[in-house]
Amino acid sequence: MQPLLITRFSIVNCLGAGSDAVLDALRTKRSGLAPCEFETAAIDTWVGSVPGVEEAGIRRGLEAYDCRSNRIAQIALEADGFSAAVSAARSRYGAGRIGVFIGTSTSGILEAELAYRRRDPASGSLPRGLRYHATVNTYSLGDFVGRYLGLAGPSFVVSSACSSTAKVFGNAARMIAAGACDAAVVGGADSLCLTTLYGFRSLELTSRRPCRPFDRERDGISLGEGAGFALLEKPHAGASADAPILLGVGESSDAYHMSAPHPEGAGAKLAMQRALASARLDAADIDYINLHGTATPSNDAAEDTAVVELFGRKTPASSTKGATGHLLGAAGITEAIISMLALRHGLLPGSAHTRSVDPALKSNYVLETREARVRRVLTNSFGFGGSNCSLVIGDARVH
Amino acid sequence: MRAFIEGIGILGPGLSGWPAARAVLAGAEPYRPARTLIPASELLPPAERRRAGIPVKLALAVGREAFAATGYDAAVTPTVFTSSSSDGEILHEMCETLATAEREVSPTKFMNSVHNAAAGYWSIATRSREPSTSLCCFDASFAAGLLECAAQVAVDRRPVALVSHDQPYPEPLHAARPIASEFGVALILVPEKTRQSVAAIDLELRPADGAETRLAEPALEAARQGNPAARSLALLAALARGTAGEIVLKYVANTHLHARVAPCR
Repeated sequence: MQPLLITRFSIVNCLGAGSDAVLDALRTKRSGLAPCEFETAAIDTWVGSVPGVEEAGIRRGLEAYDCRSNRIAQIALEADGFSAAVSAARSRYGAGRIGVFIGTSTSGILEAELAYRRRDPASGSLPRGLRYHATVNTYSLGDFVGRYLGLAGPSFVVSSACSSTAKVFGNAARMIAAGACDAAVVGGADSLCLTTLYGFRSLELTSRRPCRPFDRERDGISLGEGAGFALLEKPHAGASADAPILLGVGESSDAYHMSAPHPEGAGAKLAMQRALASARLDAADIDYINLHGTATPSNDAAEDTAVVELFGRKTPASSTKGATGHLLGAAGITEAIISMLALRHGLLPGSAHTRSVDPALKSNYVLETREARVRRVLTNSFGFGGSNCSLVIGDARVH
Repeated sequence: MRAFIEGIGILGPGLSGWPAARAVLAGAEPYRPARTLIPASELLPPAERRRAGIPVKLALAVGREAFAATGYDAAVTPTVFTSSSSDGEILHEMCETLATAEREVSPTKFMNSVHNAAAGYWSIATRSREPSTSLCCFDASFAAGLLECAAQVAVDRRPVALVSHDQPYPEPLHAARPIASEFGVALILVPEKTRQSVAAIDLELRPADGAETRLAEPALEAARQGNPAARSLALLAALARGTAGEIVLKYVANTHLHARVAPCR
């Protein structure tokens, strides 16, 4: 693919708001996971909550969109100077030439969950205040972000479970290549909700302890919430010299099972191979792999098999979900940004909560954060429905 | 953005399959609204067939018709799925369960609640490991899917299948988001004209100016407005008539998607 500059990115999750907070947590191997106290959930598990969402409002004029996921999105849009950077890009390109490709798994489904507790006892109808279009519908997040940033280019939401906000990089790259827009805002958000907490518990996939990716005692995921955004532009003279570059996107389907990964990671391997081919790179060119690494026994084993087949046992790799939890639809953008922080600051992120790596897993797993030269990273996101996506991001100072 | 439309699959109220729907949309046969008839999918293995909900069956049925009409192999064709909502029955049942004290969520329902359930089942049914994307754009979901599909065809220069489907919510969600009868449509878009090309399509996004394209027959127009995926009927009617013209689809952010259609035969 034609490489694209990532001229600005912003992030929020349980580690804090903004890149500095996340970078500091990666350096010190701090985790933001805590025992679950979300809403009325009575589940023995740990989660990564964004602090201060209850107090955060929604910008005036967009009150109809007020819900937890849009609030979290707004916190990210205001972090790291993101909305100001988009504003400047808007005056350069025009609002109609900037696309908005946003991913989410559950959007504002929490609003529907809450509304069902307040049904009219006689008629069963939902409370009048439910704003389906602005909160419950999957597109509400994309609609909110487009309006917040004042953009009018091509726009839609990608919702392919846990690969959603990785895949949006592919949608943006294609739309820019096809001439439908000159730049794009990608990213997305997911909030904690009862559907995913009770849903993953019903599948016996939630851990009772903080999740431990690649650990010999790993026994499930910790759910998290958060948002992240990135501004993609074609290379141009005025861009900052240290903007990371999106070099490749690889997508595949498992064609195996709705919720279990292919045991040998066949779909995962194909996504990684396609990402490398799209970037015109070899496996040896990658300095760090940010794994999907959800910490379920089968997911980590399948991903490890795929990574080792393609990269061998040398390429440093780690999952950062012990720090952030699994952000589901927002995992892709979160880990793309963590990968960019690794590039920019020359570090290999360690794995919070993982104590001893499963000897059955053969990847070169990074337990402790350390400094290293990181020129190119590959980041994996795999989701229900067998939806896989890998991204290759490079350091502009090398490319 | 230019592509060529080849296979067409359709299931809607009184519109069962492209040959019958084409006659109705061309005005050769009267339109008789009736319940959408959704067949069980023979494509799926037995375990998946038991688990698949209405949206999955709908998507698979129209996708299958589109591929059957052409010689393309679904196993090597990327797909774009688009719908305004995922399985509404499941959303309703999950929300009801979560409003009880026990909150005993069904793992199968949870697994099928994802927006990309139809895409997941399609890839299992067709053994396709090709890329697939699942989109949502509220009432403009068909237009968004068409745009994404055409962009993939234009950039990757290979056939891509588009499947757009939507289905009614049960009450009480239906009152908050009324969607009429189930409707699904599938199109295969290709980069170069072939002997089986139905029409060339050129897409362009423009600031909204004037009205979207409507259908003259009132009952068909009601069907078009009743379901986000049925917004495709304006385009399908042009394909059925085999006439050149410009179809205007309402998009988002005060823009319209203009589709210039030119028949190939």
